[in-house]
Amino acid sequence: MKKIAIIDYGIGNLDSVARAVSELGCNPLVTRRAADFDIAHAIILPGVGAFSTGIKHLIDYGLVDSLHRQACVIGIPFLGICLGMQLLASSSVEGGKPFEGLGWIPGRVELLKPATSHERVPHMGWNEVHIRNSHSIFNGIESGKDFYFVHSYHFVPERKSAILAETPYCGSFVSVLCQENIIGVQFHPEKSQKIGFNFLSNFLNLY
Amino acid sequence: MLKIRVMPTLLYRNYGLVKGVGFNSWRHVGSLMQSIKVYNLREVDELVFLDITATDENRGPDFELVDDFADECFMPLTVGGGIRCANDVKRLLEVGADKISINTRMVEDPDLITEVAKRFGSQCVVVSIDYKRMPDNTYRVCTHSGKKIENIDPVELAIYAERCGAGEILLTSTDRDGTMSGYDFFITRMVCQAVSIPVIASGGAGNYPHMVDAIVQCGAAAVSAASIFHFTQQTPLEAKRYLKQEGLPARI
Repeated sequence: MKKIAIIDYGIGNLDSVARAVSELGCNPLVTRRAADFDIAHAIILPGVGAFSTGIKHLIDYGLVDSLHRQACVIGIPFLGICLGMQLLASSSVEGGKPFEGLGWIPGRVELLKPATSHERVPHMGWNEVHIRNSHSIFNGIESGKDFYFVHSYHFVPERKSAILAETPYCGSFVSVLCQENIIGVQFHPEKSQKIGFNFLSNFLNLY
Repeated sequence: MLKIRVMPTLLYRNYGLVKGVGFNSWRHVGSLMQSIKVYNLREVDELVFLDITATDENRGPDFELVDDFADECFMPLTVGGGIRCANDVKRLLEVGADKISINTRMVEDPDLITEVAKRFGSQCVVVSIDYKRMPDNTYRVCTHSGKKIENIDPVELAIYAERCGAGEILLTSTDRDGTMSGYDFFITRMVCQAVSIPVIASGGAGNYPHMVDAIVQCGAAAVSAASIFHFTQQTPLEAKRYLKQEGLPARI
């Protein structure tokens, strides 16, 4: 059974991700021990909430170097969900103050800005994911299907080539990113019912 | 396009699912776990779980209970009832809540909203505002599961909640609750116009056209309902088919 490390950095909904992983026939290890990363088939960085808190916890728990080694040096499949995706960016602006991110995928995290008077922030609920670049992470998933979102910020990557999918809200924002083995999703696959499980299953079977 | 959410609200006491009229005369309407399983199978947009006795009994959320429920649902979940501090929020998020809902504490300790929004992000903070129409036709906020009437205007509280860091408002008319006579359009529209965060209309849904009105006329981002799903043949899926027929974005 594949072991999947789910990073426990004291933030966010870990239980749902762990249950989804085990429903899909893998063995979830909710952990912050570097030794567990070494035996993991893949790593998931979940998370909801504040960017500054997230990055501070990763640093305080001493996770940054060991995660970097796994994701960027060894290159095992890595999935960042919601805040976990945003933390991959170079920087974020939150409450007017800049914060540095992990910087694995060059880009900035910015507040969503309503493009029409009907749009409200946070972006909350089910919205479409339009595939811009095909990838095996979308096996069995048509472009334009609805996934569940709950966020106020979004990732603006420096390189367009990192964009796998976009979602039409506040203009348009990047909902799936990819750089080699590292994937980031703004929606919550673990909460997106059948289609979310399809997506997660594709991730768990990437290699 | 962002879809309008149709959200069944599940009120509970211990493991029992209850429903009242006007926040009173609570009836036991079945097993909570059974309802959750059904809604999970039917892939509803989102569920709201509210523990209606926690605050009154002066206790916090029952984390084990929420953990048990959350284990049954792979769908978005908002959990409320008895939240007193940021640590309660942390534990609820850990056991599977995506958002938490705060009602009485919004009035008693608004700093809590700011603290939770800072630590976990505004997107997980739902402020639940219950309100009642007074004999002089003004509206007042209620706390403690509708038992205590506060000298606060619901529209002003919604504006203040947004300023404190709330990410969404769950707006419930205690007079309409359980009556199936339609949402309170006046306050729903006022609040939707006054804030820029999403508002969930709640209290009084009796049929699908009521939902359309709350969305089109008032500007609600989501509609919540309980009685029509407990006591009639109407379902969330049919509701969404109706919304779609009416030209509104819904996830079928």
